[in-house]
Amino acid sequence: MILGIDTSVGTSVAVVDADGVVRADESSDNPLGHAEVIGTLIARALETAAVTPALGVTALSDDTEISYVAAGMGPGPFTGLRVGIAAARAFALGRGIPVVPVVSHDAVALGRLLQAAMVVEEDVRFAVVTDARRREFAYTVYDGMDADGLPVRATEPALIPRDDLDARLAELGALRLDAHAVPAALIGLAASRALAAGRSIGPSDALYLRSPDVTLPAGPKKVSA
Amino acid sequence: MSEPLVLGIETSCDETGIGIVRGRTLLSNTIASSMDEHARYGGVVPEVAARAHLEELQPSIEAALAESGVALEDLDAVAVTSGPGLAGALMVGIGAAKALAVSLGKPLYAVNHLVGHIAADLLTGDEIVLPTVALLVSGGHTSLLLVRDLTTDVELLGETVDDAAGEAFDKVARLLGLPYPGGPEIDRAAATGDPNAIRFPRGLSRASDLDKHRYDFSFSGLKTAVARWTEQHDGELPVADVAASFREAVVDVLVTKALAACADYGVPRLLLGGGVIANKRLRDVALERGAAAGVTVRIPPLSLCTDNGAMIAGLAAELIASGRRPSTLEFGADSTLPVTEIQVAETVAVP
Ligand SMILES: [Zn+2]
Repeated sequence: MILGIDTSVGTSVAVVDADGVVRADESSDNPLGHAEVIGTLIARALETAAVTPALGVTALSDDTEISYVAAGMGPGPFTGLRVGIAAARAFALGRGIPVVPVVSHDAVALGRLLQAAMVVEEDVRFAVVTDARRREFAYTVYDGMDADGLPVRATEPALIPRDDLDARLAELGALRLDAHAVPAALIGLAASRALAAGRSIGPSDALYLRSPDVTLPAGPKKVSA
Repeated sequence: MSEPLVLGIETSCDETGIGIVRGRTLLSNTIASSMDEHARYGGVVPEVAARAHLEELQPSIEAALAESGVALEDLDAVAVTSGPGLAGALMVGIGAAKALAVSLGKPLYAVNHLVGHIAADLLTGDEIVLPTVALLVSGGHTSLLLVRDLTTDVELLGETVDDAAGEAFDKVARLLGLPYPGGPEIDRAAATGDPNAIRFPRGLSRASDLDKHRYDFSFSGLKTAVARWTEQHDGELPVADVAASFREAVVDVLVTKALAACADYGVPRLLLGGGVIANKRLRDVALERGAAAGVTVRIPPLSLCTDNGAMIAGLAAELIASGRRPSTLEFGADSTLPVTEIQVAETVAVP
């Protein structure tokens, strides 16, 4: 089974089994407080999924133990995003199991595509859009699903001033899909499909998309007139 | 029960510290510092520090386990700094510590960084005698504490009302055109200088200040005085004299107030901690004036004075030995955690 963790928007933790069945889904929509809730949500998800607290590497199909941790790598506001990545890595270290990094927008895209498949909606190009603070959005454009059941990125995650987004999406011919949550169950599902296909689909480092914003000090400030 | 085996995680500022202790025995003190990344900015940049913590945590934990020969499943508990410190930096350690504790099914202890600095002294192998006055000086804090009991009774006597002493060193170094971090640079420059060449102000030391701020510190006025002096000086700047006189002003006020607290409370013991203790002049003056005042001054080795995870593990080991219950999983980063909160979010006892 896979433990999915994402803190790119709110805090979401889920356990998904090898067949893609969601065994536990614990989320907090609070855009703050990631550090406060992360431990409780992981503990609750494990309990709900009836996971044994054993150690060691196990098979993906093992339905009593966690064999992988899927981590949402962003984009997302940095302070919160880091909490989930740090937690995913530490949990994996504790169990001696691997981390599978997933682009957080991929999870939202996968959810949209699964829904579309159910209503036999024709494939439309769409963009997953999340708040990046500082009057910017983060967006990623998708073109349907590939043979492995994973969303196909037409553009990589990027930042754009809020006022410029709609013009940019019109230019790309993409429908706008604003996401206010990133479900960890879909992070887990994307990871499970990537593992099944033997593919690596996410970056190993957090998707900050922005340098730490600091200004280099100018010379000494004048203090006297 | 045998002495508790604890792994401590410290990420309150720019050092990613992982420590492993068994009771009061130090097994590993692994530190990864992002100091070099801050050098070009002339001070710690919180976002740079937090990013570095995320990258350094896992390798540091692995290095500490390798050094100590401890396996994660053998741990009795995980400990983490919950404050005070930089909120975004603290959160990285908290996220990791909670997940590690849940992953291993081990208890978690969330502890106070400042009290951790005092616990560091336990790991030196010498018996610590209480009560003691403690002076903690770093780039992030300047605090004077009265420690009656490490796990139950720590009182804040005073602290800086503006810059931390380490920050003052960094800012004055920049004024003098010296690189970051300022402490060692000022020290080097001061080596050939006259500490009495310029009489810089001692913050909050006037009779009128001593009423309300007897044990508080202020370094921003001193920094301004140095800036003004250098601006108004004609001719080549006597960098060595300015550095030595500035350093003397900082050291003088730190030691004077710490020894005043020892005298006022009738406690003839002073413990030093924090990265600025690396400053040899501060150590020398504290030892010399302490001896003259009949105060025993204790200075742990520098690797235990700077921010580190061993002191966090050490404090948790004391809490465990004294019968304290683990913390719940519901606590966050508290950038201004008061020193009276030695442990955060202790589980409520089940009757
Ligand atoms: Zn410190």
